[in-house]
Amino acid sequence: MIPFLIYVAIFLLSFAVVRGGLRRYFTRRDFTSLKTVTFGDESAVRPDRAASVISVLTIFLLWGAFTGSKWVPVHAPGPFLGDTSFTYTAEAADGSRDDAVVHARVFRLGETVEAPVVAPGAGFAKDDVVTVAAWRSALIRADANDTLTRKDGARVVAIDGQPIAPGGAVITDAGRVAMTPKGTLNYAPPKGMQMEPIWLPPPEAVVSRVGEIAREGYQNFTLWQHLGWSLYRVVAGFLLGALVGIPLGYAMGLSDWFRGWFDPIVEFMRPVPPLALIPLVIIWAGIGESGKIILLFLAALWIMTIAARAGVSGVRISKVHAAYSLGASKWQVLRYVIVPNSLPEIFTGARVAMGVCWGTVVAAELVAAEKGAGMMIMVASRFQLTDIVIMGIILIGIIGYGIDILMRMGEKWLVPWKGKG
Amino acid sequence: MSELSIQNLSMRFDLPNGSSVQALKDVSLDLKSGELMSVLGPSGCGKTTLLNIVAGFLAPTEGRIVLNGHEVKGPAAERGMVFQQGALFEWMSVRDNVGFGPTMKGMARAEKRQVVDHLLDVTGLGAFKEKAVYELSGGMQQRVALARCLANDPDVILMDEPLGALDALTREKMQGLVLKLWKETGKTIILITHSVEEALLLGERLVVMAPRPGRVHREYRLPFADIGVDQDLREVKKLAEFGDRREEILSMIWDMEEEIMGRTEGAGA
Ligand SMILES: Nc1ncnc2c1ncn2[C@@H]1O[C@H](COP(=O)(O)OP(=O)(O)O)[C@@H](O)[C@H]1O
Ligand SMILES: [Mg+2]
Repeated sequence: MIPFLIYVAIFLLSFAVVRGGLRRYFTRRDFTSLKTVTFGDESAVRPDRAASVISVLTIFLLWGAFTGSKWVPVHAPGPFLGDTSFTYTAEAADGSRDDAVVHARVFRLGETVEAPVVAPGAGFAKDDVVTVAAWRSALIRADANDTLTRKDGARVVAIDGQPIAPGGAVITDAGRVAMTPKGTLNYAPPKGMQMEPIWLPPPEAVVSRVGEIAREGYQNFTLWQHLGWSLYRVVAGFLLGALVGIPLGYAMGLSDWFRGWFDPIVEFMRPVPPLALIPLVIIWAGIGESGKIILLFLAALWIMTIAARAGVSGVRISKVHAAYSLGASKWQVLRYVIVPNSLPEIFTGARVAMGVCWGTVVAAELVAAEKGAGMMIMVASRFQLTDIVIMGIILIGIIGYGIDILMRMGEKWLVPWKGKG
Repeated sequence: MSELSIQNLSMRFDLPNGSSVQALKDVSLDLKSGELMSVLGPSGCGKTTLLNIVAGFLAPTEGRIVLNGHEVKGPAAERGMVFQQGALFEWMSVRDNVGFGPTMKGMARAEKRQVVDHLLDVTGLGAFKEKAVYELSGGMQQRVALARCLANDPDVILMDEPLGALDALTREKMQGLVLKLWKETGKTIILITHSVEEALLLGERLVVMAPRPGRVHREYRLPFADIGVDQDLREVKKLAEFGDRREEILSMIWDMEEEIMGRTEGAGA
């Protein structure tokens, strides 16, 4: 909740600063800047690059601040570390009371720590010692070393002067102290506002993990092999899907019989999410490469079929008429008019298909695989290696984005006439 | 030489809702070789339908088209078509668009180049040969369309409002070009237009069609195309006879439009 409020505050504040203050000195002078009607004119809405930069920085800042990153100057309060103590009051069976101190030493998880050494103190209740890792809690049988224990009818009745009963809890300066129904104390030091690394590691941990896995690999394969295998599956599945889907789409756009025959199949398969096919594909083809490629083939197939069909039906009839009037045969009309005219549609379809395939391959690898980006993060999550999981997600996102950019560049280069008809 | 004969053409469109539209009824026209016939009429009178049947894109419900003694069964290179707009191939350069017909025929490279270069020069596109067609203005695109049609050397050229999408000034220039090309090539041309002036200026013959059902209403023989071949078209428009004809035909079409309006209003009431 607090990170979200900070995020909203940064959003509003940077808007006020950039648009209200700085922009005055960096006004763009071009045609669009002279438009007076911009609200409702979509073409006048251009991304404010300052906002994009601040947006990305904010995410990293918040990530770092709430994980105690070394890269970020400001931090949210971290968990308590060091020595602290609280007092408990024990009451003997005869009603007499005595106070004793619990000395707690809170350490960073993964570090080794020695318990503090203290004198037991006077009275029937004796001082206790406990070590506990940050974000964790520790059970304390406070009466175990006392002269009068539970068996003698003694029980803890207050912590730092606040009364406590079995099943209850009190908040002290040293942290939260709860009591189990049997009378054992459960001590949890203050957690602060930072995330535990097991939930969200700091950015530098993720980066160093990228380096480590790139060098040493993970689960028998290097990072590049994992990513490379995922990419290979996507490309192979997509190419097969395009190889079958595009001719099928053309046939459906050109022939009554093909349209009639395949319409029910395509229309039925189109809304079936490829993920729903994973179990069936695993049953049929196992979890090896062929199963994955079949799955991606199916994911790409319908998209490419529909794109090619739309490309054919999108051809302006006057172009086809013109070609026939210029003496073209059916084949020539297909080759010189219908195919080039449908290329923009096919490229759009290919972009969609590549996106779907990339998502599907990761999901399929999550379910079952020996290698691949999805398998890497799935295994890592089983061992609570959150930094690998986050690294994997970021790399998957970057690759997906990269694929889309490449497709767009290819489109610009190969079909410069898109939208110009 | 080419004789085009449109014989007792009728076309009825049966609509899915059971009703039908009589787009053409008993239209007969004969064109001599090298004749330029313009066709006028209120919209919906079947002009495009007529042209599509002649081009071979539609089969008539009755009647037939005969060109050079052969009945027309479908589209063919002997009947070229110039559309209003959007029929160029935007994935090809200007040169490849114009060379499309020769390429389909498998004409030799050098010969094709010669034909295409010549036509591009004639149509004033010499400077745009390697450009993409979508980089050209509307008027330039129609020049490409004309050149593309001529490169195929058809017997008959069919034009469906070829200049309809152009601005008035460009249109005037293009009218001069059409007239020039017609005289130079001696092609038989059917030109559909919405503009009475254009029909008068370019047509040796002018057919006015009437709607519902689409039929030939009046035919004229006109001298203006011959006068305009070596004169400024603006001067032709100033002739008294031209003005009279224009008024006559305008009011004729005006009456037809009125009648259509009246009929639809009556039906709506
Ligand atoms: N494919 C079609 N289906 C049904 N009606 C049509 C079709 N094509 C044309 N028509 C009808 O035929 C008539 C003539 O159309 P058209 O030849 O386009 O007229 P024009 O070109 O003179 O404006 C119109 O009433 C039109 O609605
Ligand atoms: Mg029309």
